[in-house]
Amino acid sequence: MSAVDAPRLPEASVRSGRPGRARFFRSELRFFRSELKLVFGRRRNQAGMAALAAVPVIIAIAVRVTEGPTETGQDPGFFSAISGNGFFVALAALGAELGLFLPIAVAAISGDSVAGEANLGTLRYLLTVPVGRTRLLAVKYGAVVVFSATVTLLVAAVGLAAGLLLFGGGPVTLLSGAQVSLAEGLLRLLGVCAYLTVGLCALGAVGLFVSTLTEQPMGATIATTMLSVTSFVLDSIPQLDWLHPYLLTHYWSAFVELLRDPVALDALRPGLLSALAYGVVFLTAAWARFGGRDVSN
Amino acid sequence: MPELAVQSQGLSKRFGRQVAVDAVDLAVPRGAVYGFLGPNGSGKTTTIRMLLGLVRPTSGGHTLLGRRMPDRAAEVLPRIGALVEGPAFHPYLSGAENLRRLDAADRTADPGTCTARIGGALDRVGLTAAAGKRYRAYSLGMRQRLALAATLLVPRDLLVLDEPTNGLDPQGTREVRALVGTLAAEGATVLLSTHLLAEVEQVCTDVGVMHQGRLVAQAPLAELRAAATPRARVTTDRPVAAAQVLRELGLTEITEAPREVSAVLGPVPPEKVVAALVHAAVPVRGFAVDAPDLEELFVSLTGEGFDVSG
Repeated sequence: MSAVDAPRLPEASVRSGRPGRARFFRSELRFFRSELKLVFGRRRNQAGMAALAAVPVIIAIAVRVTEGPTETGQDPGFFSAISGNGFFVALAALGAELGLFLPIAVAAISGDSVAGEANLGTLRYLLTVPVGRTRLLAVKYGAVVVFSATVTLLVAAVGLAAGLLLFGGGPVTLLSGAQVSLAEGLLRLLGVCAYLTVGLCALGAVGLFVSTLTEQPMGATIATTMLSVTSFVLDSIPQLDWLHPYLLTHYWSAFVELLRDPVALDALRPGLLSALAYGVVFLTAAWARFGGRDVSN
Repeated sequence: MPELAVQSQGLSKRFGRQVAVDAVDLAVPRGAVYGFLGPNGSGKTTTIRMLLGLVRPTSGGHTLLGRRMPDRAAEVLPRIGALVEGPAFHPYLSGAENLRRLDAADRTADPGTCTARIGGALDRVGLTAAAGKRYRAYSLGMRQRLALAATLLVPRDLLVLDEPTNGLDPQGTREVRALVGTLAAEGATVLLSTHLLAEVEQVCTDVGVMHQGRLVAQAPLAELRAAATPRARVTTDRPVAAAQVLRELGLTEITEAPREVSAVLGPVPPEKVVAALVHAAVPVRGFAVDAPDLEELFVSLTGEGFDVSG
């Protein structure tokens, strides 16, 4: 009955009308929480996170078992410092996973974001709910950001726990030779996580864009991973030094600047600007691509 | 002119050189159960995708519930429940969790009543027992039911159902058709796409026929039925005398064959025809009234048959 009469009734009696600001935020938060539940509740992603968390444990145990004079690798001394202070397991693990594991994890989530829904067909149902396309991209990217921060902190936290358990802690000797309290060391570790998260979020923006190009989530994930690996490879070719500043991953290793005294903030700025530029360009591209696309799956 | 729930003007979609939908002018009256009939591949699903704003028309436009699409999609789509080209859900979530996800995406839905509404929707499609089961483990029929439940999460003014009985067993098919009837009785307009003529005959008040991307017919079903005029057929060995009797009774379009005469019955009751024949001493060996059924009518419109087995 009411449906037939709907055109003659004021819109407000059919729906609860124009949402107020508080209601708007509540409904956006609700959708975002649902997205996070989807990402973090999925077993595949939980297994991936467990694998990421296993690396610092393996590093800690390996160093513990083979304790002795360690050769100095190209990593800025994190591994050799572990036996003296468990704190460095976290940094060694972050450094070790930055090349491949963390990018794969972020590529998996961002590559799956739109392509995964398109592949299942759930995209067409979300859009007819309706979820605006811009809103969907925003929520998807928001989840990528939360995931990037979570995995970075996870690796650091597990590394810290394993290191302190097996080697104990203490004042942290920085790369510049100065010593700071463990508390300040932890603060700097948080800074490292934040800086790496920003870099991974830039990769996530690329992944989101690739995800709007295809209906194959695995393809989007692999393509995004390959872009990150290629960037690392090109960055290691000295003849291409003119290209290096433009590479997505070029500034990632600058996180070690947070472990000098005083912190060389100037050295972090280009990395943050580069990530910002990548983020803006690829999020815009994703929006332009997805906004007008026919959803025929 | 009554307001239309769905109205399109010249709605067209080309994919490259192929014309999938060609200048379709849909007119679905409010409160109707509109059967959108056509063989597979006739452009029904592409039309529905355009109506819902998933696919951009190459040309033409349309309104839903009196509002222009896609400009006012955010306002009008919450009042529309849609089932498009089969069910699609997250396989590792349960049925109820999948509905919760869709409800969370709906800005206009009240989170406070979410659980109750999900329970009600699952109950209406008979899925309550499987609510906590993972979607992955659902049979095709259960998946179809879940997709229907998703359209019932909030009260809707228009339901767009694309082949809603696909994959259902006869019992499920009956239930879904009954559900469509109930929803229509509650005041919702239903646009039901199907390739089954029987479905249209059983539940629809209006029908639009698609053929090769074109809307070749559109009318209230009663009007089409009326147009299908019944003919009286007399088997006799005196066809000339029989034809004379029919002519005197006012029957038209009389055709004579060696052992048979037939004519359009018009308003004349059949029993009167038989009595007149007997009275005129015409030996009647057989008498029948043939009404061409809808299938014959649609075959004449499209030059193709429909699958009426299901």
